[in-house]
Amino acid sequence: MRYLPLTEADRQSMLEAIRATSVEDLFRDVPKSARLAGPIGGLPNHMGELEVERLLGSMAAKNVPAGSVPSFLGAGAYRHHVPATVDHLVQRGEFLTAYTPYQPEVSQGTLQVLFEFQTQVALLTGMDVANASMYDGATSCAEAVMMANRITRRKKAILSGGLHPHYRDVTTTDARFIGFEAVALPAAPTGGEDLLALVDDKTSCVVVQNPDVFGHVRDYTDLAAACQAKGALLIVVVTEALSLGLLTPPGDMGADIVAAEGQSFGNALNFGGPYVGLFAVKDKYVRQMPGRLCGETVDADGRRGFVLTLSTREQHIRREKATSNICTNSGLCALAFSIHVSLLGEAGITQLAQLNHTKAVQMADKLAAVPGVQVLNDGFFNEFTVKLPKPAAAVVEELAKRRILGGVPVSRLYPGAMEDLLLVAVTETNTDADMDAFAAALTEVLA
Amino acid sequence: MSMNNQGRPSAIPANSGAFDGVTGTVTGNRGLQIEEPLIFEQDSAGRTGVDLPDVPKVASRLGAVKPRAKVGLPGLAEPQVVRHYTRLSQKNYAIDSGFYPLGSCTMKHNPRLNEKMARLPGFSDVHPLQPVSTVQGALELMDQLAHWLKTLTGMAAVTLAPAAGAHGEMCGIMAIRAAHEAKGDSGRTKILVPESAHGTNPATAAACGYSVDAIPATADGRVDLEALKAKLGPDVAGLMLTNPNTCGLFERDIIAIADAVHEAGGYFYCDGANFNAIVGRVRPADLGIDVMHINLHKTFSTPHGGGGPGSGPVVFAESLAPYIPVPYVTHGKDGFALVENAGEGPAFGRMKAFHGQMGMFVRALSYMLSHGADGLWQASGDAVLNANYVMARLEDVMTASFEGPCMHECLFDDRFLKGTGVTTLDMAKALIDEGFHPMTMYFPLVVHGALLIEPTETESKASLDQFVEALRALAERAKSGDVTYFQAAPRLTPRRRLDETAAARKPVLRWTPPVVAEALAAE
Amino acid sequence: MTKKFTKDHEWVLVEGDIATVGVSDFAQSQLGDVVFVELPEAGRELEQGKEAAVVESVKAASDVYAPVSGTVIEANQALVDDPSMVNSAAETDGWFFKIQLKDASELDALMDEAAYKAFVEESH
Repeated sequence: MRYLPLTEADRQSMLEAIRATSVEDLFRDVPKSARLAGPIGGLPNHMGELEVERLLGSMAAKNVPAGSVPSFLGAGAYRHHVPATVDHLVQRGEFLTAYTPYQPEVSQGTLQVLFEFQTQVALLTGMDVANASMYDGATSCAEAVMMANRITRRKKAILSGGLHPHYRDVTTTDARFIGFEAVALPAAPTGGEDLLALVDDKTSCVVVQNPDVFGHVRDYTDLAAACQAKGALLIVVVTEALSLGLLTPPGDMGADIVAAEGQSFGNALNFGGPYVGLFAVKDKYVRQMPGRLCGETVDADGRRGFVLTLSTREQHIRREKATSNICTNSGLCALAFSIHVSLLGEAGITQLAQLNHTKAVQMADKLAAVPGVQVLNDGFFNEFTVKLPKPAAAVVEELAKRRILGGVPVSRLYPGAMEDLLLVAVTETNTDADMDAFAAALTEVLA
Repeated sequence: MSMNNQGRPSAIPANSGAFDGVTGTVTGNRGLQIEEPLIFEQDSAGRTGVDLPDVPKVASRLGAVKPRAKVGLPGLAEPQVVRHYTRLSQKNYAIDSGFYPLGSCTMKHNPRLNEKMARLPGFSDVHPLQPVSTVQGALELMDQLAHWLKTLTGMAAVTLAPAAGAHGEMCGIMAIRAAHEAKGDSGRTKILVPESAHGTNPATAAACGYSVDAIPATADGRVDLEALKAKLGPDVAGLMLTNPNTCGLFERDIIAIADAVHEAGGYFYCDGANFNAIVGRVRPADLGIDVMHINLHKTFSTPHGGGGPGSGPVVFAESLAPYIPVPYVTHGKDGFALVENAGEGPAFGRMKAFHGQMGMFVRALSYMLSHGADGLWQASGDAVLNANYVMARLEDVMTASFEGPCMHECLFDDRFLKGTGVTTLDMAKALIDEGFHPMTMYFPLVVHGALLIEPTETESKASLDQFVEALRALAERAKSGDVTYFQAAPRLTPRRRLDETAAARKPVLRWTPPVVAEALAAE
Repeated sequence: MTKKFTKDHEWVLVEGDIATVGVSDFAQSQLGDVVFVELPEAGRELEQGKEAAVVESVKAASDVYAPVSGTVIEANQALVDDPSMVNSAAETDGWFFKIQLKDASELDALMDEAAYKAFVEESH
């Protein structure tokens, strides 16, 4: 077995050193009834690299990679071009095969990356501080609500109907088991909710998404001030982090907490994970924040260095009194995010965000010209909703047969509802030819 | 006050300046160790590491939202970015470069085949909401992984959704709660957790609204069965137990423990963090376990990545199988189908935005296929053999906390350092200078000054022998009274001991532009 | 003026019906460098033996229990600003909070300085 260095001779001499008769003898504390006599049945024996490649390759070949066809899917996961440098650097063994940086003297690489990542996230969101990442955007959102509950000592969250329904479900699942109230408003494909009217003296926070799940972009400055006047916090969720390169950031609107999905930078679609949750807050709330934090300090020789800090908030110290049970972050995905953002820089990120937006505007115009299709959004970033004259799920299946991944039917996210709506996302990866092919195929399918 | 005096020292010892590691070069660099400023300190306005097409001239459509003025990110060209991250990487210890005996963390070799497989476009470039007809291979992979996990554990059902071990714990405890609620049993308010448990266990139980009742350990490092029985009753929702436990020992009474919990109407949650010790040799279902999470990044070697991403599938016995969260894969009439909405069955809810850590599923299945049933049998055997070997070779100079055999890790405490002035932390730091990553320190909490060593099956005997010799020499040196040597360690690392007290008292959690920093300082 | 100690290492100094509370010098020596304290706000009702404050070092967080019941009248703001005072002056300037005593008889069960000293020596 290629991963196991011990030879039979090694094993024998080691057993002698231990004074054990066999390896099986070392398992003598396991109740006899539960000990298997030999390798477990029902599974194949070991395989060489070539065989594994063949087997997994055949499974991979049964999928249609988004990059192999014109693809317009978004709804919380976006296909962007990831520079070759990113994947090369994240595969350096010193990053890939290191543990959480609990020994700072031999982990300055990971620690400095995290410090830079925290700074990048704070800058992008317009917030004071950010943590070293969370599992994904949805879990960030739920953790943000629980943090607001701790800060305000209130237990009711108001969730906008523009919040991604999976984020809503993760939050309401936590609400049920952890014991708080999450009032989720009905889906609002055209907006027009009065969130503030629901805020009372039991409300810990209002959760909005920008751009929302239907692609609408809004200014939440007034809502932030109004929530805060009633003692509640405003949480802004962002599922397309690239939008932060173009839009007024949540921090400038007065958000108290930003919970976001960072997949758009540096991370492949990966059929939904692993992704990287972003979490940023106002300075005054740092000690109530979940997740790991990296901070600057000096070493014994007075040189600048970095350590994990404020860890008394965390489960391994506080145990049942921890701010959250979270143990890992998304280290490697955060690294990929950070490298991609470093490559882009100020100039690159602005241009990339503009490119996404203008391509989406072009696509919206092309689709609006298709007979029977109506674009619902006035303002959007790189994703918008169209109303079709036929059920969107069936249209998407027809488009797939024509080798076009034509967006996400809204009914996939809201079963049985809004069956005529389709979410369409456009990124820098979509060429003019892709867009024309999509519009032409849609015309055909709807005809 | 409650006092946790297991906390390790955080300030820099007085003697630590005894070695001057800085001076001698103009640059501050030392050969292959090159100092590297923050990316923000390498900014040049307008510079970028990407070339993008021109933006089409189209009127923007941002509605009421204004475009932002600036983000404040630095501009670097690609070669600078490559050099920056390469230099940073060289300041990390890693499994690829050396022995990483971090107890309870399972730092084993990460096969590169798994990385290659995860990057096949058929897996990596697939959108989670593509039509199900276009992702049949991805669903097949999830189904295969589920099959392996169910076979290896003997369990009835599995959810792949949780993002990490702690997330899996949350999922398991939620399922337990959902099952009690479905039976109309609302009187169960407590979860029992042994003192030696991972911190996540009590944190998870408390987060799910349960009060946590600690069960003491016996003198041989295992759960006190009688004390457990005394605490069981109609108010207990379940037990969370790690097995093999965090002292590296198998819970001999586990079947009696399971029976007692079941008799009292509770469920038995097993923290599967240490499943790697028994995988392929013992099926948790045969031990009476109802629900268990599995850390794919431990047992199945998906990379730790400097702190994630993890992946924490949870297996369920028949009794809890109905309560798994969405989404999950089913066999439909047109191939594989995906159940995505909780409304479609008794599932208790949703844990994560999409279907789980797919990238980790591919790596884990690649690892499983590579090992096969015979390879896993050998791997868990070698892991246990290696740990017992290290224990046998150190127990005359260090103090083992409990009698062996141990499972995949061996536990020592600091009695052998008594009176030397050298602490567990000092030993760990001195090991760093010898080229090893330290073992886990000060965990578990049930012994004083714990040193928990987990060699894993992917270390050679030569590597273990070198480690053992280094540790023996350090133990002798400590006993000889050379405290100064230890307090100044590490000497040879990119940074020496860091002032964690200062970091925590006045937290600096981000870079601030110089102008802003000056203004803040002037306030 | 009497100073008493609890088995959980809090001290309480009583002047009239006002009790000043802190953690003992022994406790601070065990905690290591204190980096953060969280104190109860004025007006909060405390019950003897229940959680009243939190003290954190880099690697440990500990709850401070109320040695006697009463209403908080003042928290030590200087300690919040400079938590290192727990280490440098645990039993003087490093006091945590003052409370209005509810039941002076609760003090009877606590140890005096000599008894506490003996308790520490015996148990640690």
